[in-house]
Order: sequence, then C-alpha cells, then structure tokens
Amino acid sequence: MSDQSRKEHDQTEPASLDDMTHEPLTRRSFLKAGAAAVALSAGTAITLSPLKDLDQHFSVNEFFQQHYEELTPEMMEKILERIKQEIKRDYDVEADLRDIKPTPGVEFAYALNLGRCIGCRRCVYACMDENNQSRDPEIQYIRVLEMEKGSMDIESSNHYYNPETVPNKGKYYMPVQCHQCRNSPCTKACPVKATWRDPDGIVVVDYNWCIGCRYCLAACPYWARRFNFATPKIASNDINTEMAYLGNRIRPRGVAEKCTFCLRRTRQGMLPACAEVCPTGSRIFANILEPGNPISYVLENKRVYVLKESLQTFPRFYYFFEK
Amino acid sequence: MIRDYIIFLWRVYRLSFYGNKKYYTWMTFLTLIVFTGAYSYVNQFTHGLAITGMTNQVSWGLYIANFTFLVGLAAAAVMLVIPAYVYHNKPLHDVVILGELLAIAAIVMCLLFVNVDLGRPDRFWHLMPVIGKFNFPVSMLSWDVVVLIGYLMLNVHICGYLLYANYLGKKPTPLIYIPFVFIAIFWAVSIHTVTAFLYISLSGRPFWNAAIVAPRFIGSAFTAGPGFMFITFQIIRHYTNYKISDEALRLLRQIVTISLLVNLFLVGCEVFKEFYAESAHSSSARYLFFGLHGHNMLVPWIWFAIFIESIAALIFLVPPFARKMPLANIACFLSITGIWIEKGPGMVVSGFVPTPLGEVVEYFPTLYESLVCIGIWAFGALLYSWMIHLAIPILSGRFRHKQTRQALQQTPC
Repeated sequence: MSDQSRKEHDQTEPASLDDMTHEPLTRRSFLKAGAAAVALSAGTAITLSPLKDLDQHFSVNEFFQQHYEELTPEMMEKILERIKQEIKRDYDVEADLRDIKPTPGVEFAYALNLGRCIGCRRCVYACMDENNQSRDPEIQYIRVLEMEKGSMDIESSNHYYNPETVPNKGKYYMPVQCHQCRNSPCTKACPVKATWRDPDGIVVVDYNWCIGCRYCLAACPYWARRFNFATPKIASNDINTEMAYLGNRIRPRGVAEKCTFCLRRTRQGMLPACAEVCPTGSRIFANILEPGNPISYVLENKRVYVLKESLQTFPRFYYFFEK
Repeated sequence: MIRDYIIFLWRVYRLSFYGNKKYYTWMTFLTLIVFTGAYSYVNQFTHGLAITGMTNQVSWGLYIANFTFLVGLAAAAVMLVIPAYVYHNKPLHDVVILGELLAIAAIVMCLLFVNVDLGRPDRFWHLMPVIGKFNFPVSMLSWDVVVLIGYLMLNVHICGYLLYANYLGKKPTPLIYIPFVFIAIFWAVSIHTVTAFLYISLSGRPFWNAAIVAPRFIGSAFTAGPGFMFITFQIIRHYTNYKISDEALRLLRQIVTISLLVNLFLVGCEVFKEFYAESAHSSSARYLFFGLHGHNMLVPWIWFAIFIESIAALIFLVPPFARKMPLANIACFLSITGIWIEKGPGMVVSGFVPTPLGEVVEYFPTLYESLVCIGIWAFGALLYSWMIHLAIPILSGRFRHKQTRQALQQTPC
C-alpha cells in the first residue's frame, strides 16, 4: 500500500474512538444488536440440533467420579450399582458386575507355542464371547498373523487370510494380543493415569477415567489397544453378564480398551478364554510365582522368542517353538 | 483502579462491535464458517469419533496434524521477540506485539484441536493439574498440556499488560513484563520441543522415534510462523493505519529464508538416513515418499510439498526475484503450504502406516472432520482479527483512557 492511499484511509476513520465507546445506546443500534442476537440464537439452535440423536448417556455422578485410586469401597459399591443400571437401561440385561482385585502373591504370564498354532482364530472369537467387545463396529483383541515359513518379518504377514481349512501350506501363525509389558509404553503415555499395571502384572484401563486421547494406541508397539469410536453395539443374548469393572464390562463410547488376560476369569482361578478354547493346546497361562508352573518350565527348557525384544518392554507374553 | 479496568473492558466490548462495513463483512463471514464447524463438531459429539476417518490403525488424523502445525506457529512468535527484546531491534519492536497476539490465537486453536480429538471431551478436567489426575512428569502429553497453557498465560499477560498500559497512556513498567518476555523466549522453544518429544518418545514407531523430529519441528516452525506473519502484517498494514516498516518485513523475509533452507536440509538428512541403508524401520518413510504395498495416497502430497518449498527457496535466493515483494508473498505462501503438508498429514499420518503389526491401512479425512478443522481455523482468524481490531487503536493512541486523553489534549505539542 502506498503512502498516498494510506493517508486517504486514515481520513475515513475518526481521530479518536473515545466518543464512540462512551456514547449511549441509540434506538437504531439497539435494534441492530437485537437482530444480531436473533441470528446468533438461530445459528446456535441449528448447530446444536444434531444432539437429539445422542446415543451416549452422560450422568452427573459419572462426571464427578473420582480416580480409581481414591475410591473407597462404599463409593465403588455405588458406582457398580450405577453401571449395572446403565447396562440394564441400554442393553436390557442384568449384569453381575464386580470390582475384582488382584490376589497378592500372583503374577501372571502367558506362553504361546508357534509350532502348534494352526491359525483357526477360535481364540479371537472366544475372547469376544468373554469380553463383551462391540460387535458393530467390531472390536477384537487378538490379531492372528499368517507368516511365511522362513521369515519372522511381521510386515510381510497376512492379517486377512481366509482359506477353507487352516493351516495354509507353507505358512505358520502368530497370534498377537496385549503383551502386558513390565515396562509398558502405553501406561507411560497416558496423561491422566487412566491405565496402569496392577500388581499381578495385568495392564488395566479405567473406562470411567479415560479421556480418549488415543496416545496409548500410538504408544503400543504391539498394536494391542482398541478405541471405541462409536457407542458399542452388542445384542443382549451375546452379552456375558458376569463382568469386572476393570475388565470385560461393556465399554462406554470414546475410551480405549485392551486384553486384560481375562481378569474376570483369571483372578478367580480360571484360564483366559483364549487359552481355554485353543484346540491345539498352543496357549499356556499360569501364575509364575507358583512353584512348578508350566510357564517357568517353558522359559527354562524351550526356545523362547519375545516379540520386539529390542524395545525392552519386557512382555509377560512369550512365544516358543515346539512340535 | 478496578473501576478503570471495568470501564476499559466495557469499552473494549463496545469497540468490538464498532467497525466499518469491511470489518463486519469479514467477521460475519468467519462467524458463519465457525458455525459450520461447530455444527460438524456437534455431529461428532453425537455420533462419536466414528464419523471421522480415523481408525484403530490410524488413530490420529487431521486434528493432531493441525495441532502440531499450530504449535509451531505459536512458537514462532519468538523469532520476533528475540530481535526485539534481546537485540533491541527497533522495526521489529513495533510489530512484536502483533506476533505475540498471533501466538495467543494459535495456542487457542491448538487447545481446540486437542479437545475435538478427545473421545471424552466431558472428561477434559481429568487433564487439569491439581483437580484432575495428572501423569506428570512421566507422560509427554501431560508436559504438553503444561507448556501450552503456560505459554498461553505468558502471552496473555504480556500482551494484556502492554495494551492496558498503552490505553492508560503510561510507560509500561519493565519489571512487570520484561521477565515474562524472557521466560516466554525459552518457553516458546519448549512448546515445540515438547510437542516433538510427544512423537519421539514412542519407541514402537520408528518413523517418529528419531531425534531429528525436534530440530525439524523448530526449523519448519520458524519458516511457517514468520512466513505467516510476513503476509498477515502486510494485510494489517493495508487495512489499518498501523505503521509497519518495510525494514521489519525484510527482517521477517530473512528469517523465513534461512529457516526454509535449514528445513530443507533436515528433510534431506532424513531422506538419506531412511533410504541409504533402508531397513524394516524405514517402512513409514517408504509409505510417505514412495508408497508401500500399493498404497501411496501421501506420495503426491509430500513431493508436491518439497517441490513448492524448493520453488520458494529459489524465489528467496535468486537476486532478481528476491527483491520483489509480491514474489516474496508467493514464496511465503508456498513455504507455509509445503510445511503444513509435510509436518501435518505427512509426519503424523505416516507414523501410523504400517501399524506395528505391519498392516497398511490408509487414512481419508471425512467431510465433517474437515469442516471441524476449517471451523477452528476460522475461529482462530476471528480471534486474531478481533485482537488486532482492539490492539491497533490502542497502540496508535486513538483509544485511550478518558483522563489520559484530556491530559494529552491540554498539553500543547
């Protein structure tokens, strides 16, 4: 802009804006302001109109719920009752919901025999039956990779193999799920301590505390975490009504979730659903603090492989090779 | 004192609605876009993040891409602050507050982008220090919240104090703002470094888990930020009577030129590192630059970005072009666009491809998601225009405290 035009520009504006801001409201400016207010209100109404389809419930009690560490047994009792009512309202089932704590002196670990797994994916579906994941959009915790014999490169694996019968010739199978790392990148990443390692080694998520930033999804080197992009849909007769607060209860929308070694089952002495269903016996699960447990046997006697060992995440999930 | 301040706020409110036709047209235009964005966001709030293009495979998209770019824009204010306050550069001293106001608008946009990305925006308070449950100092994201809010407060304080002192016609007391200016210099570098650490800290994502991300962020920020100011300041000069010297613009152009060259050099370093001895860890870079297993959505984008950044560098460097102001504007525009592409979608999305289990899923933003982004940009523009609309009359002495004005009128000059 040249100096000449700038000067012209100056002349169009008053030398001081003081009078303007001190002058009282006139009828005309009042009417103008009124018209603007009407337009803004109409805009706001249109903007907010999609809310009528909101399918996620928000409650005041949930809003003010404290962090898991600060909950007294009485507070937890009330929370469990509230969630049961929500499940009844939204999914029409009576849930047996409990906050199942870890047992002192127990530390879980998992070993998976790559020599035996045939890639049948029964573990994937048994996991869904137990853990009440959303069926639409479908969420699965276990991803089975079909690998070329002669390579351990997961980037060349096939995630969507679908033959008549398994195993495919020349392939072997590597199921991957949460490795429950001892040095877990996901819990380090979480900005609000909504996910942590319990003393029995299970990495859990408090779905009532997670803010849904998905930093843990970015942090996990095993792609073990899932996010509820939509409100979970699951038919009433597909729901497992025995639920744990930090485990398989139906998740709200907008939070992260993951494999919890089926803590609802394993903290009560059962095997995880995936280990129980495996038809080839490839999956071994145990408390490694118990003398003579099968995991310790595997670690001492078999050729054991840790996925992405170089990252030093120290997983509680081991692969081994055995016919 | 308090009464004066309340009157000031009331007058500021009145001044916000006082303007010519151009002002009203521009602000109404932005407001309409903001409403479109808000409408799209309400749709997202209603149906969940499922209406975005993000997936479990690519779990961050345009929101975090824009966030990353804007942190850079905010940090770049420091490129005016250092010459103005450390080296007492007069031409830049006149425009430094415009840069700081830009930083405020950019940080507000950053916070909005983080918020729209949350699955549970209703739980935002969990992120607040003291009242929430802050995973500090372990989580890099908690660091980012601290440095961003801190930087916002520093700039609000500095700008707010300087403008109010001007309004009162007083000389600003150095002790009240100079220490904060110097804190803000280090803080500006820290906001972008911490944002880089957000990515660098993830050992499971080799594309991000590289020290070069931090210097590249700084290099690109100091290109895009001053480039943005170079264009914006000329617009301000055109539409207001605020004096911005050609000298200030020349300095900005120099900063952009040097930073752009540094940025291109760092891109070259990264390309060499990824491809000379290509390993499994180079997959994301291969996806970005050449495509992976037949998926190559970002390939034309990244080469376009590098191409236009190189054109910009040529314009800045070749003498007959370098002296022409309109060409410099084009070069700045090309650098900003190029950096937005390489740093936003280029850096953020490629980090997710392939997944840690080797799956290749591409990311396409949806219409709603894009409208939310455009809405936030419009909100930032609205906020910045509003602040400029208030700041210019205050700085040029046309909007003053009543007694100050009377005192000035009585003094013969």
